[in-house]
Amino acid sequence: MTELTMVQAINQALAYEMTADNSVVLLGEDIGRNGGVFRVTDGLLDRFGPTRVLDTPLAESMIAGTAIGMAIQGLKPIAEFQFMGFIYPGFSQIISHASRMRNRTRGRLTCPIVYRAPYGGGIHAPEMHCESTEALFAHIPGLRVVIPSSPAKAYGLLLAAIRCPDPVVFLEPKRIYRMHKQAVPDTGEALALDRCYSLREGSDVTLISWGAMLHETQLAANELSKHGIEADVIDVATVKPLDIVTILNSVEKTGRCVIVHEAARHCGVGAEIAAQIAEYGLLSLLAPIQRVTGFDTIMPYFKLEKNYLPSVKRIIQSVNHVMEYA
Amino acid sequence: METLTHQSSLTTETVASFHIHHLRFLDAEGQLTQPLPPFADPHTLLKLYEWMVLVRTFDTKAVNLQRTGQLGTFPSSLGQEALTVGMGYALLPTDVYGTCYRDQGVLIQRNVKMSEILAYWGGDERGNCYAHNKTDLPTSIPVASHLHHATGMAYALQYRNEHRAVLTLVGDGGTSQGDFYEAINLAGVWKLPIVFVINNNQWAISVSRHRQTRAHTLAQKAIAAGFEGIQVDGNDVIAVHETVACALDRARNGQGPTLIEALTFRLCDHTTADDANRYIPKEEMDAAWENEPIKRLRTYLHEQGYWDKEKEHALIKQCREQIDVAVQEYSNTPKQTLSELFDYLYAELPEPLHDQKEAMITQPPVEGA
Repeated sequence: MTELTMVQAINQALAYEMTADNSVVLLGEDIGRNGGVFRVTDGLLDRFGPTRVLDTPLAESMIAGTAIGMAIQGLKPIAEFQFMGFIYPGFSQIISHASRMRNRTRGRLTCPIVYRAPYGGGIHAPEMHCESTEALFAHIPGLRVVIPSSPAKAYGLLLAAIRCPDPVVFLEPKRIYRMHKQAVPDTGEALALDRCYSLREGSDVTLISWGAMLHETQLAANELSKHGIEADVIDVATVKPLDIVTILNSVEKTGRCVIVHEAARHCGVGAEIAAQIAEYGLLSLLAPIQRVTGFDTIMPYFKLEKNYLPSVKRIIQSVNHVMEYA
Repeated sequence: METLTHQSSLTTETVASFHIHHLRFLDAEGQLTQPLPPFADPHTLLKLYEWMVLVRTFDTKAVNLQRTGQLGTFPSSLGQEALTVGMGYALLPTDVYGTCYRDQGVLIQRNVKMSEILAYWGGDERGNCYAHNKTDLPTSIPVASHLHHATGMAYALQYRNEHRAVLTLVGDGGTSQGDFYEAINLAGVWKLPIVFVINNNQWAISVSRHRQTRAHTLAQKAIAAGFEGIQVDGNDVIAVHETVACALDRARNGQGPTLIEALTFRLCDHTTADDANRYIPKEEMDAAWENEPIKRLRTYLHEQGYWDKEKEHALIKQCREQIDVAVQEYSNTPKQTLSELFDYLYAELPEPLHDQKEAMITQPPVEGA
């Protein structure tokens, strides 16, 4: 079987669902003839035509808001923001309307929408193209925030997001868009939302991460294994709502926990995970919870971005620290 | 041109020009300024008049309910009855409406119950769950943000090749929002089946129309989006209805969007939490009352012999009875359950929220709740 990159896996998921369901339409900037700046929608215009692959004028609030009207009138729009850094003009639409339409009409009108955006650093992109602000969305009631970590996860989670009757913010870690290839059978099978996935089993420490950072996290786990430290690695996958049960089960087993994310530390999703572990699992902890994160600085332009992003070494350093507690 | 180049002798050509037309049939004195359009038979004019009186009577009641502590903050539509009634009357049941918040005259004609409008402004989201209307948008609070929803809905109608259109309303202040420009721009590019109406009531809370834009008309903003804009006397229900109905017809027939600027005046505070005496000069308000929409139509109907004092009294009595029933219904609405706060957050409540729902429902008694 041909192996796919994450970009190709997302394309395959979009094509699968567009074939299966005429109400699925794509809208965004440059997604038509150009196939999107990352080529995620490559070829879809030719396959599905210009009424289903809609190049929009350049206005992100409009993209976010138009998707809401489409969804209310029975379509299943998948809106692409070119980069997460440009999603903010649409933020008001997402938090003031998409997230609350079902609630404020008591179920009369709903917003089955997927808001897709490439996110995260590490690709030498221009300024403001690299932030990880998933926590802004994770804070909002009524939203789901989903972040895949591999081609297969991207395929399965995106199908689930499209079929979800509520709005999903689907953040694609662009640093690993083409990093790995993986067999992704085009079965149309969705993966479950709202749950964490185990990527590696170990009994000494729990490593929790999502998206591109799982790459460094897994490298760190392999390195630690050489030194006799076996890590449980958890892919959070849906950062809102949060499957804390899977995390607590792991922490109960290991007693130690390191959370890894690219985003700035203060009020990052890691803070919520740490708070919930403290609230519900404190007595199983053998060491303080650690976070390896971006810094509470402006995400630097690419010359310094490697210094900002958590590294394998920083993760190992943190694990070694929690292992010092007997 | 001379002022735009350094040399006055340059040769240029005109590559674009535009005109904005203003439409009116009935002036402030109730006199026809031109022959009535075909739709305006006596039966229809009386119907429009009755709706306008109902809207104003309801409005008065709602403000009174707020003043007596029985309703939350309410945005009166006093003085703008011709606009909303003319708009609502032009819609077909199969069309879709995108409301803002000062258009009770449309909502009532769209089978939104007056008790639902009261429930909403009484602090209860269930007022947006219209029992007899499954398509129209709920009240939208962030100004002009709903225009995108209207264009999105219009795209869905176009996508399915349906002979339907979307109508939506925004205020003069709303035309300063980026969302307004973005929405009309998209409607133009995609030639969407949509009609945008601007309720130019001259005041966006305390900021006057001329502090919003230097543009001579708001209708001309359509030109930048590539379609037609027209200005109407928004206090003339005949002009409003004629223009909106025609634009909706064009939209349903695949002829694209229209922007209609309706000149009205907000003869009231922005909401019951506002005091327009702080910023609208008394002379301006007094002059606007001379121009108000109900009196001129009543004068016309009187002069034509279609209306008299007896009919007027009977109509007001009937409106009050109808409104009393709605107020009763509003007052007797059973309380929401606390569970509802979670029940409509998602199609199915995610597992991690079950504990919070339980905590909400079983919390210690809340004083005053």
